[in-house]
Amino acid sequence: MEYFLQQLINGVTLGAIYGLIALGYTMVYGIIGMINFAHGEVYMIGAFIAVTAFTALGVAGVTFVPLALAVVLLVAVTFTAAYGWTVERVAYRPLRGAPRLAPLISAIGMSIFLQNYVQLLQGARVKPLAPVIRGGFELLHANQFSVQLSYIQCFIILATVVLIAVFTLMIARTPLGRAQRACEQDRTMAALLGVDVDRTISLTFVIGAALAAVAGVMVTMYYGVVDFFIGFQAGLKAFTAAVLGGIGSLPGAMLGGLLIGLVEAFYSAYFSIEYKDVAAFSILVLVLVFRPSGLLGRPEVEKV
Amino acid sequence: MSAPPLLEVADLEMRFGGLIAVDQLSLTAAAREITAIIGPNGAGKTTLFNCLTGFYRPTGGRMVLHHPNGALALDRMDGYRIAARANVVRTFQNIRLFPGMTVLENLLVAQHNTLMRASSFSLAGLFGLARFRRAERAALERARDWLARVDLLDVADLAAGTLPYGAQRRLEIARAMCADPVLLCLDEPAAGLNARESSALGALLLEIRAEQAIGILLIEHDMSVVMGVSDHVIVLDHGRKIADGAPAAVRHDAAVIKAYLGEDDDAALPPAVAADLRAGQGGA
Repeated sequence: MEYFLQQLINGVTLGAIYGLIALGYTMVYGIIGMINFAHGEVYMIGAFIAVTAFTALGVAGVTFVPLALAVVLLVAVTFTAAYGWTVERVAYRPLRGAPRLAPLISAIGMSIFLQNYVQLLQGARVKPLAPVIRGGFELLHANQFSVQLSYIQCFIILATVVLIAVFTLMIARTPLGRAQRACEQDRTMAALLGVDVDRTISLTFVIGAALAAVAGVMVTMYYGVVDFFIGFQAGLKAFTAAVLGGIGSLPGAMLGGLLIGLVEAFYSAYFSIEYKDVAAFSILVLVLVFRPSGLLGRPEVEKV
Repeated sequence: MSAPPLLEVADLEMRFGGLIAVDQLSLTAAAREITAIIGPNGAGKTTLFNCLTGFYRPTGGRMVLHHPNGALALDRMDGYRIAARANVVRTFQNIRLFPGMTVLENLLVAQHNTLMRASSFSLAGLFGLARFRRAERAALERARDWLARVDLLDVADLAAGTLPYGAQRRLEIARAMCADPVLLCLDEPAAGLNARESSALGALLLEIRAEQAIGILLIEHDMSVVMGVSDHVIVLDHGRKIADGAPAAVRHDAAVIKAYLGEDDDAALPPAVAADLRAGQGGA
């Protein structure tokens, strides 16, 4: 029971991170109907910027954790958002209106490029980061097993909840959110009503990248290590989460992220930690075979 | 007649390979007037709209809009700028609402640019700043006002795609009006409406003409609507203009009758039309 509770906490934390990345996939899919395979790399860049910023602040002697955290978040979000914008501008916008396969190939190319670019600049070795937030609550202690909820897990879960709330509000209430939904349904008509479709799409990438940056900061603090390859795995998992929840559905992405996180945590706890990826990706296969529209997705409707 | 007309189209030409959809077309449309564009299927009416709203780049000719902020060359603008800067807004023959958004949201999307400016790209919207709240209230008021006019206020929160056909048509016009048009292009707004709905549409168009200083271009096959509301009728056939004038004059124009009823000799025409035709030829 205690073991189960601990894994539940771990799974929710992991799921929050996957969910934040999955939102980026699902938003972009919703608005331009393509899978942005470079999104995982954008997240990896966010994590690298976080390591760099933490190290720089450490050298500068900033020891007050909330301040350091705020600065790192700001820096990571800003730079990663710029990467997100650039990726769209360079790799996808010129292919707008091209057959669907073209931007997909371009996305895979962008993903390979960003991985190698970071590997060249930062080296292939794992970059460590000393724990920024230590300690935690002991929720339960029984049968020589203590259930821990660390402060960093609290931070990850809380920050995710806040971000999701702000993000949901933005999509539902602001002109930008409305324009995004309008572009999702009929890009031509939105343009005819004066909505700048290109800018709306750019901002979608920027927001997706910003969420991925936060996930990158979190993962850096949680695991304490970063390398150029983390984007590939986390990206695929988040993509699985988005598909599981129903690609194009924002609540679906969060739900999918949470489920993938839980599956991974419980599978590694009760079966085998080496094969946790098998569990996650089996879900991808099962969903694609039995319920391609995902848990909360609508079945694909032919667009005119 | 000192001020230039709202819209001036000169020698417009649109070719698709060997097909000339619009051929040396010149026309004008005035503000505070309804200009109907009629003609048989394939006459180039919708192509003209597609050129005006940037769907097609014309292969020749000029289109100038005398916007209150200065003259704009529509043939050199594209995409969202035609709606955002030139304020030319159109509706479609087949309805194109945002079916998954509510009726009210459809009207708010049409006011996107005003709201974006007021909200500093949505940042102020997130924090609920006063300036944005005021702009949003004004936008909502405008949307509700138009919903009341087209009798859709009680379905404001339903998804637009769930409305019955006639209501979707009315919503499309209300949405176009919310986008603050200077020139409103309506592509067969009466298509699929019953007689009562068409006459209500006619009344709405007359109301808009009377209240707003905008020009309306109307493509329509329903002659009761065309004859009832237009100030000016332009007839196209095979991409060329074959008649241009007041509704009553165009109705009796020999070339128009030929285009609609074929080129048979007078005997094949109904007696009244044949008489009109002879009278028209005698007059000319």
